[in-house]
Amino acid sequence: MTDHSDIDAVTGKSTTGHEWDGIKELNTPLPRWWVISFYLTIIWSIGYWIVYPAWPLISSNTTGVFGYSSRADVAVELGNLEKIRGDKMMALGAASLADIEKDPALLALARAKGKTVFGDNCAPCHGSGGAGAKGYPNLNDDDWLWGGSLDQIMQTIQYGVRSGHAKTHEGQMLAFGKDGVLKGDEIVTVANYVRSLAGLPTRKGFDAAKGEKIFAENCVACHGDGGKGNRELGAPDLTDKIWLYGSDEASLIETISQGRAGVMPAWEGRLDPATIKAMAVYVHSLGGGK
Amino acid sequence: MNKTVNPKDLTSDDDYGPLYAARKKVYPQSVSGTFRRIKWGLMAFCLGVYYFLPFVRWNRGLGAPNQAVLIDLPNSRFYFFFIELWPQEVYYFTGLLIVAAVALFLMNSIGGRIWCGYLCPQTVWTDLFYAVERLIEGDRRERMKKDKSSDPMKLERISEIVLKHSIWLLIAWWTGGAWVLYFNDAPTLVKELVTFQAPMIAYVWIGILTATTYLLAGYMREQVCTYMCPWPRIQAALTDEWALNVTYRYDRGEKRTSVKKAAELRALGEQVGDCVDCYQCVAVCPTGIDIRNGPQMECIQCGLCIDACDNVMTKIGRPKRLIGYDNDINIQRRQEGKAPVYRIVRARTIVYSAIIAAIGGFMIYTLATRSLLDVNVLHDRNPVAVKLSDGSIRNAYTVRLLNKSGYDRVIAIDAHGPANATVHVIGVDSVTPDRPMIVIPRDSTSELRLLVTAPADSNQEKSIPVRFHVTDIGLGEVATATDNFVSP
Ligand code: SF4
Ligand code: SF4
Repeated sequence: MTDHSDIDAVTGKSTTGHEWDGIKELNTPLPRWWVISFYLTIIWSIGYWIVYPAWPLISSNTTGVFGYSSRADVAVELGNLEKIRGDKMMALGAASLADIEKDPALLALARAKGKTVFGDNCAPCHGSGGAGAKGYPNLNDDDWLWGGSLDQIMQTIQYGVRSGHAKTHEGQMLAFGKDGVLKGDEIVTVANYVRSLAGLPTRKGFDAAKGEKIFAENCVACHGDGGKGNRELGAPDLTDKIWLYGSDEASLIETISQGRAGVMPAWEGRLDPATIKAMAVYVHSLGGGK
Repeated sequence: MNKTVNPKDLTSDDDYGPLYAARKKVYPQSVSGTFRRIKWGLMAFCLGVYYFLPFVRWNRGLGAPNQAVLIDLPNSRFYFFFIELWPQEVYYFTGLLIVAAVALFLMNSIGGRIWCGYLCPQTVWTDLFYAVERLIEGDRRERMKKDKSSDPMKLERISEIVLKHSIWLLIAWWTGGAWVLYFNDAPTLVKELVTFQAPMIAYVWIGILTATTYLLAGYMREQVCTYMCPWPRIQAALTDEWALNVTYRYDRGEKRTSVKKAAELRALGEQVGDCVDCYQCVAVCPTGIDIRNGPQMECIQCGLCIDACDNVMTKIGRPKRLIGYDNDINIQRRQEGKAPVYRIVRARTIVYSAIIAAIGGFMIYTLATRSLLDVNVLHDRNPVAVKLSDGSIRNAYTVRLLNKSGYDRVIAIDAHGPANATVHVIGVDSVTPDRPMIVIPRDSTSELRLLVTAPADSNQEKSIPVRFHVTDIGLGEVATATDNFVSP
């Protein structure tokens, strides 16, 4: 017990009775309002423990008396957000793709929405700005394997490419070397021929006539006369300056002998129709693809 | 500071007390006089502006708010009569704050803490609250007596207290109410407030400001000036010997003695002062100090002690202004028998005025010449450049157009830089191939995606500057922005 009977001579105040090296501590209590608020906070915290979910139990926790849950709060907030956005997303879902691009407000919404959805779902393969990479098409250019119109882009997003979806794009670059259709020197020859189609330099002494013959027999079916490509089959145009897997001889030889079959998942079912629409508009707006 | 003065003459020992003492309640007495009249006038003016400004209308045309002063947070606009500011123009507020700070310095170098004494909201509202208190509970003596009385509460006294606090709360509530009116159309908001339709945030703010006004002006009063406000301590560093401060002219006042005694002593040719030690100057002081103790941090220089003492001097037939606004130099000069000097134009005041004029002038200039059409350009980063199937190069930009005017604009965009480049805006069918035209609605921004395509070999450099011109087709107003055109 502290002894309050000890009075300090200088100040006339009582001391706590504690003494260190001859120095005594004055008994200066905390202000009453301070002490009261201190006790109030303690009472408050006890109330808090009871009212809110607080105590961990072995496999769960106390639930509080109001049934409050922050998880439920989040769900409510998300619901409210959907409600706020509801009208706009509804308008987006109702409008045709072409109309969306014509209406500045809808276009802005679709681009904003599309951009976030693209970032979440497409960026891992196509890059955050759709720049693509080897084997993953650049979505900013004007070269489209399966067509670059709004509808065609939408269709590709919905059903994917070789995705297993019933309506997916199919089409295959055969493995001419691995499957033994063409021999090594034939592959080299046709690879050089393909380079010549795009105006790229060819290997010295390569037999263009032979290359043309091999191309006509094996490749024209998909890539078309003169290698102009075929969007029905996703067969790329071989005469332009854009190459998905590289245009150097080695890359072409690899492509011809091993084949190519990139896969893009179908997004139908994973994303709602309005969101897919927004994404199509966004992708189309990246380069205004044809 | 003054070598000729011994502080002991001016101050009693107990003025060098502890840094913090428990508050002694101040009971300022009512007073009349020049400075009191100035204070009433300024109070009426300041409160009038504060309470009624939101109701002033200003015609900005159809669809735009017609409130003269409006902080429109949801739409990020600030309206001040003919000025409309956008969020990116907050630097005007920075300028305004600088001007305000320097104006405070200027005031300080001329008249000490006249801001504190006459214009500070704390002073104005405290003064108002005192006026109410005085009206209901009576003047200084009565209030002291009522507070001291240990009588059981009489009904009369209780009703007085209730009335006082009700009126205080009413004023406080109106103060908070006026505040929120600056953030919304005032008449509408008033209607919503009385029918309980107003947004929650309005009620919250009114609550906060009601509480702070009531507490600060009703209870904290001079404590705010002495302990909470930093200005008394800062201004001490900014003031100089030429600044006019409320000063007890002790050279004239000492020795203090009664009127009768003074007359006798004067007749004997002895040195006596004019101060009759009536404590009127102390009684009226809202911060509860004795100005005769010399300059003090607590003094807000409201001049009320001047009025009080002037009244006394008139009554006893001595010249006025035993207490008056004076500077440090004159105290010394008068002691040396020299004529007082006053100097308002000096290096300090010239510099402050020049700063105010320069910043103010610059702000007015930029405000008058600011463009109502603006363009910002952001280059795509991923990819920076795209090669098209025919080998040409395309760069994409996000363009933000700002139309700050009150009418829709038809604008044309063209890009200068890459040779033979074409410009395309997503979602816009250009009639002229290289000059897309679009409409930006009034008072809004539009974000566009813009593609610039140039033939492969027309630009040898890896990166060349490109300049975007945005032209208002109708008015010919032009805004430009520069970026780069990059080749892969
Ligand atoms: S001393 Fe005089 S000027 Fe200073 S606060 Fe008191 S009344 Fe006002
Ligand atoms: S009011 Fe004037 S005369 Fe009276 S005490 Fe103050 S200074 Fe002296």
